[in-house]
Amino acid sequence: MKDCEYSQISTHSSSSPMESPHKKKKSAPKRKWEVFPGRNKFFCNGRIMMARQTGVFYLTLVLILVTSGLFFAFDCPYLSEKITPAIPAIGGILFFFVMGTLLRTSFSDPGVLPRATPDEAADLERQIDIANGSSSGGYRPPPRTKEVIINGQTVKLKYCFTCKIFRPPRASHCSLCDNCVERFDHHCPWVGNCVGKRNYRFFYMFILSLSFLTVFIFAFVITHVILRSQQTGFLNALKDSPARYPFTETNSRSFTVLEAVVCFFSVWSIVGLSGFHTYLISSNQTTNEDIKGSWSNKRGKENYNPYSYGNIFTNCCAALCGPLSPSLIDRRGFIQPDTPQLAGPSNGITMYGATQSQSNMCDQDQCIQSTKFVLQAAATPLLQSEPSITSEELPLPGKTTISGPCATLTLGQPTPPSSMPNLTSDTGLTDMIPLEEEHEGHQFLTPEEAPSPPGMLPSGSPITHSHTMHVLSLASQDSLHEDSVRGLVKLSSV
Amino acid sequence: MATEVHSLQELRRSASLATKVFVQRDYSDGTTCQFQTKFPPELESRIERHLFEETVKTLNGFYAEAEKIGGSSYLEGCLACTTAYFIFLCMETHYEKVLKKISKYIQEQNEKIYAPRGLLLTDPLERGMRVMILSKAQIEISIYEDRCSSGSSSSGSSSSSSGGGGGGVGGR
Repeated sequence: MKDCEYSQISTHSSSSPMESPHKKKKSAPKRKWEVFPGRNKFFCNGRIMMARQTGVFYLTLVLILVTSGLFFAFDCPYLSEKITPAIPAIGGILFFFVMGTLLRTSFSDPGVLPRATPDEAADLERQIDIANGSSSGGYRPPPRTKEVIINGQTVKLKYCFTCKIFRPPRASHCSLCDNCVERFDHHCPWVGNCVGKRNYRFFYMFILSLSFLTVFIFAFVITHVILRSQQTGFLNALKDSPARYPFTETNSRSFTVLEAVVCFFSVWSIVGLSGFHTYLISSNQTTNEDIKGSWSNKRGKENYNPYSYGNIFTNCCAALCGPLSPSLIDRRGFIQPDTPQLAGPSNGITMYGATQSQSNMCDQDQCIQSTKFVLQAAATPLLQSEPSITSEELPLPGKTTISGPCATLTLGQPTPPSSMPNLTSDTGLTDMIPLEEEHEGHQFLTPEEAPSPPGMLPSGSPITHSHTMHVLSLASQDSLHEDSVRGLVKLSSV
Repeated sequence: MATEVHSLQELRRSASLATKVFVQRDYSDGTTCQFQTKFPPELESRIERHLFEETVKTLNGFYAEAEKIGGSSYLEGCLACTTAYFIFLCMETHYEKVLKKISKYIQEQNEKIYAPRGLLLTDPLERGMRVMILSKAQIEISIYEDRCSSGSSSSGSSSSSSGGGGGGVGGR
């Protein structure tokens, strides 16, 4: 056995060598962020992740940069002379801290939970059905919940229909970003991202340092005006300016007034928000829980927060200095074909690697299909198949007309089985999906299925049949027979 | 050249779908990452109970270590805070270090214990820490196209039987 490799059913040629399923004809292997199903924007090749609407974030940036810039340009020279040069230094440090934490908050993954792969979802569904004992009617079954006892408190875990998972405790689904986020706090338009487990501390540091910065700037702007007015009289202070300053009087003064106004309004909101979040941290709650009153006493005497450590100091430390969990969505990883994961074993073993697979088949359906192949193989004597009818270059997997209800991926529909990917990149949708999902090559229906004579197949629907057509110009009855036998063997193992 | 890969690959997939055992998270301790140590009935015939439980308990221990809130994590947090978290650009967090240990452990367990029994344990990190998957390699027949043969439809196939961990067997 040499050179063993999976052969993708090439639908196009009988003479050209089979393509390795790992190779794409057109595009380089895609990174996972390019096919990410949530509504997020990615930058820098997946390193930066933000929500879709980022307009308000730019506003935040502009406000901070402009106000600080004006402060450093117009007020600091005077103040550093009159009072101390430490003022611009401290201001600079605060500014640096604010920008660093803001960017960290906005650009990092808040703790998005990856959606369930189809087989996980199928397994969960099965378990739910067993638990409910219900038959699936035409209507949507009632919301699924699981109850769990955490620290003596009963917590309901809800099933997320979009992500097809039972949400862990404290996780919530953000409708703006269309993701389930762990320890979901809130979606903040000002930072252009959700605030969740992984970026909550950055967010808190941001608002804390921003409140210090605004108070700082406000205080020193007022100081500046006061000092000037002592020199020259209050109204004059707003008008005059010493000649040595390179700016015109009106400009300097109006900028100072502008800064004061911006800071005045910001101070109330930012300081208020910091105070609120300090309270949340000390009681180990999220904004989401607080708003819903999940742990409030009003719900019942026995209601308490099971996540709290009991003392304020520990709660704070846990929230701010606790370990930082890694991102679960692996944005920059390459989309793998379904390869066996076990490194050691020899070539022969083909263990089913549980890599993420967008396998879109339900097992029952598989059984139906397998049976059909075998039957067809037995029924049709000779296979004469055309070369690929498809006009598509890429042999996207699809289902034939024989296939069952689980066909979710068909040619021309560039959507992964589970959800519509929201591509933020410009890659063409048609290029996208399954392309990397080479394992789907393995789903190709086989000679057993192909047997329906070409005449039966509408040549206009490359979608369903092309890739199942074999290059079987050489097909012999023998091979069909062999395969059907194998199919039978296989069936017995399912 | 015959291209015969396929039905069995597909059937293999279907077989493998039916032969994945999902070990779910255990949330009774809160949001910490723990997996259920309850022995899944589907594995009755495949692996000894105590081996499975030991694996899960060790993994749970690793995760608890990663998420431990104690002196060193505080230091790390404070240091990171003072540098406005820029230090994370250069340094690996404690959690990431433990995750590396975990993946090594899983690989080792696979090689020593699970592969010989025809099972494969996946790292929960790949599934968003939601679930641990034990996939059974049953009659995993895959057909490799034998490029060297021309004209005939021979193909090599290998199978890994459920009991054996061995290498492939020549095909037909």
